[in-house]
Amino acid sequence: MIASGTVALALTGVILWVVVQGHSRYLWNEWISSVDHKRIGVMYVVLAMVMLLRGLTDAMLMRAQQAVANHAAGFLPPEHYDQIFSAHGTMMIFFVAMPFVIGLMNFVLPLQLGVRDVAFPVLNSVGFWLTATGAALVNISLVIGEFSRTGWLPFPPLSEIAYSPGVGVDYYLWALQISGVGTVLAGINLVTTVLKLRAPGMTYLRMPMFCWTTLATSLLIVAAFPILTATYAMLLLDRYLGFHFFTNEAGGNAMMFMNLVWAWGHPEVYILILPAFGIFSEVISTFSGKPLFGYRSMVTATMSICIVSFMVWLHHFFTMGAGADVNAIFGVATMVIAVPTGVKIFNWLFTMYGGRIRFATPMLWSIGFMVTFAIGGMTGVLLAVPPADFVLHNSLFLVAHFHNVIIGGVLFGAFAGYEYWFPKAFGFRLHDALGKAAFWCWMLGFYVAFMPLYWLGLMGMTRRMQHVDNPAWQPWLIVAAGGAVLIAIGVVLQGTQLIWSIRHRDRLRDATGDPWNGRSLEWSTASPPPVFNFAVLPGVESGEAYWSIKQAAVGGPAMAPAPAGYADIQVPGNDPLGFTCAAFATIVGFGLIWHVWWLVSVGCICAYAALVKFAWRDPREHVVPAATVALIDGANRTARQNALRPLQAAT
Amino acid sequence: MTGAQFSLDAGPPRSSGRSRGARLAVDAGDGQSRRIVVAYGFWIFLISDVILFAALFATYAVLSESTAGGPTGRDLFDMRTVAIETACLLASSTSCGIASAGIRTGRMGLFHGAMATTFALGAAFVFIEVRDFAQAIGRGAGPGRSAFLSAYFAIVGCHGLHVFAGLLWLSTTMARVYAKGRRADILRGVLCFGLFWHTLDIVWVALFSLVYLVGLAR
Repeated sequence: MIASGTVALALTGVILWVVVQGHSRYLWNEWISSVDHKRIGVMYVVLAMVMLLRGLTDAMLMRAQQAVANHAAGFLPPEHYDQIFSAHGTMMIFFVAMPFVIGLMNFVLPLQLGVRDVAFPVLNSVGFWLTATGAALVNISLVIGEFSRTGWLPFPPLSEIAYSPGVGVDYYLWALQISGVGTVLAGINLVTTVLKLRAPGMTYLRMPMFCWTTLATSLLIVAAFPILTATYAMLLLDRYLGFHFFTNEAGGNAMMFMNLVWAWGHPEVYILILPAFGIFSEVISTFSGKPLFGYRSMVTATMSICIVSFMVWLHHFFTMGAGADVNAIFGVATMVIAVPTGVKIFNWLFTMYGGRIRFATPMLWSIGFMVTFAIGGMTGVLLAVPPADFVLHNSLFLVAHFHNVIIGGVLFGAFAGYEYWFPKAFGFRLHDALGKAAFWCWMLGFYVAFMPLYWLGLMGMTRRMQHVDNPAWQPWLIVAAGGAVLIAIGVVLQGTQLIWSIRHRDRLRDATGDPWNGRSLEWSTASPPPVFNFAVLPGVESGEAYWSIKQAAVGGPAMAPAPAGYADIQVPGNDPLGFTCAAFATIVGFGLIWHVWWLVSVGCICAYAALVKFAWRDPREHVVPAATVALIDGANRTARQNALRPLQAAT
Repeated sequence: MTGAQFSLDAGPPRSSGRSRGARLAVDAGDGQSRRIVVAYGFWIFLISDVILFAALFATYAVLSESTAGGPTGRDLFDMRTVAIETACLLASSTSCGIASAGIRTGRMGLFHGAMATTFALGAAFVFIEVRDFAQAIGRGAGPGRSAFLSAYFAIVGCHGLHVFAGLLWLSTTMARVYAKGRRADILRGVLCFGLFWHTLDIVWVALFSLVYLVGLAR
């Protein structure tokens, strides 16, 4: 109650501050109704970071509870503890990891491809706001009602109405149905962008690695998320209309839920990790000053992971009676996935080998990732052996394994990308020393928090325990709680870094648009890029498009001559459709959760009306006149020339 | 490594791909290639929609024997109504095609007539299906009776819901064309609607075979 009160108070405070300070118009015009892929990408990342705080709070509560609740009740009653671990997993996967990687893809992809926006800018805005709706619904459950107690995936029959009669599971299901639609829209948009919109000469094998991993991830989204939508729709039908898909009665089959949900769930982990692999490829190549080693083997590895990820889902339930032969096949398939992943690790190592490595913060995250992820990968291969899985499944060993790959892989990748592309987004760098301090807190905190969990798992401690009665486990649980505190300090440092950097942004200004001596096209435009990204669409003549332009400039004239002339550029105008749809989706979702049918009908009719109104409007393309384009590009070129001059003098 | 990669990029097959990329990126703002991009994106959406149906088909396949002592497909399905439904949908696909041809060639009377026919046939389909469902529920063979019936109602109902959404879209599109004429973005909308409608037909063919024919043969 106190927590929900504080949240509500803080939210009201922020809204009041925005209105009183007169920022509401700015916020609406520049952000909420914006269809610019850069703005939407930034909003995705902001959403992820705010939700990370929520997920982290849940994590701290759990670690504290388990540290004290040994032969004792602790401070969290079971029904509260169960909600917390369910909310933690849901938040971290769907509203931290997903928006973080989708936000980075959204921001970076068009810039790297050398184009002006994604294929469907308005759809992009709709996708983001539907994701935000899902996050809002999960947070509303904090204040009104309760959240699911069934874990981050609602396994039936526990999640059926007979065993979970409250609104908790409904909050979970509707939040994910709505945000799932948003995710599919984002996936469709990104696939179309990669396959259909690229700068002149940007052939597939000239695309930066991050574009390839974005393509693979988006394909996985398009192929996997509809399965989740269908599965959760069935569970909703069970709960709302008395269907019998997964119930114990009338022929329902709970195992079918397992198969369906993991047919989405396993590709999902690659949806999360592949963009991170792309980020590491960019960062390691840039900070080693070398082209990515084995580019084409990297492409092959990415695409084979994309396919094989659909053939391993059964390893999530080896113990549920599929039989030795089926288990063996899925065990082997799981181990096979380690091969392309290993190829990637070696490619990154060989990229660093012989390079002139700069240990900036993004590079630290990347190296930390390689060490940590290799350990997580190996425990994963261990769990892929069915007999070992029979011993370790459902234990803290498993919890340690997936945190090992998701924190050490996805989150480290997201943070590397955040540090790396921050200057591109805002025109100034983040403070390096604070970033490094945050990295070390996270890195050490991760090992202190999760290595004991491996050990506890081997000692037989199962997951999701509100209290335990084994004194031998307590020291390890206390150590793990200490690790969580270290991670929290890391997060505080990251917040400090952001605030400090904003306050001293003039000192950290990136005048050239190329703060890291980058190799791909996003560094060839200004920081932050103009709304149209590129004054003239870049012509690409080789891989590493921007690096080859810079190489040609060494010893020659500082830069290619200015283009002969500029043309008017059409950019899509703002559109509030996304926000409007999301507002109505929130209303409909809330009505469905609480069975308020008039609210549902009103929301649906309003949403349809909004769509019709959207269909009715005349196309509003905002035109940037050629003179303005010339002015903006001229300023960019001057800044770049000034930066290149000392370099040239040196050669 | 990079050397190999660059020399491969310079090969002849790549250069044709390059000019294609160039055209699309540069012309992304104008009518012709925007049409390609929009249709392409919509195809990808349709793929995701078909995967949703695939999940429902898999579920139906698993649960089709789990009748829990209740009615089976043989007891429930009436070949005559299914045949009428199928005829409605197939005919509506034809008229939808005629409408596309009409708007492309500027024969607006033909377009509106064919779209209205499509609407009538689609509405008839939905009506028959709803009546069928109501009758089944009235006879105690509702979705709560058995897992088989749950799966049956879900997959057929999901398709019906798609047709219903298509009808809403169809009427909006007709009104839009009537009010705004043959504008480029509206033509793209008509194109996407056609793709959607034909896809529903294909899904129905699968439904007809796997649910009704197999159900009756059992």
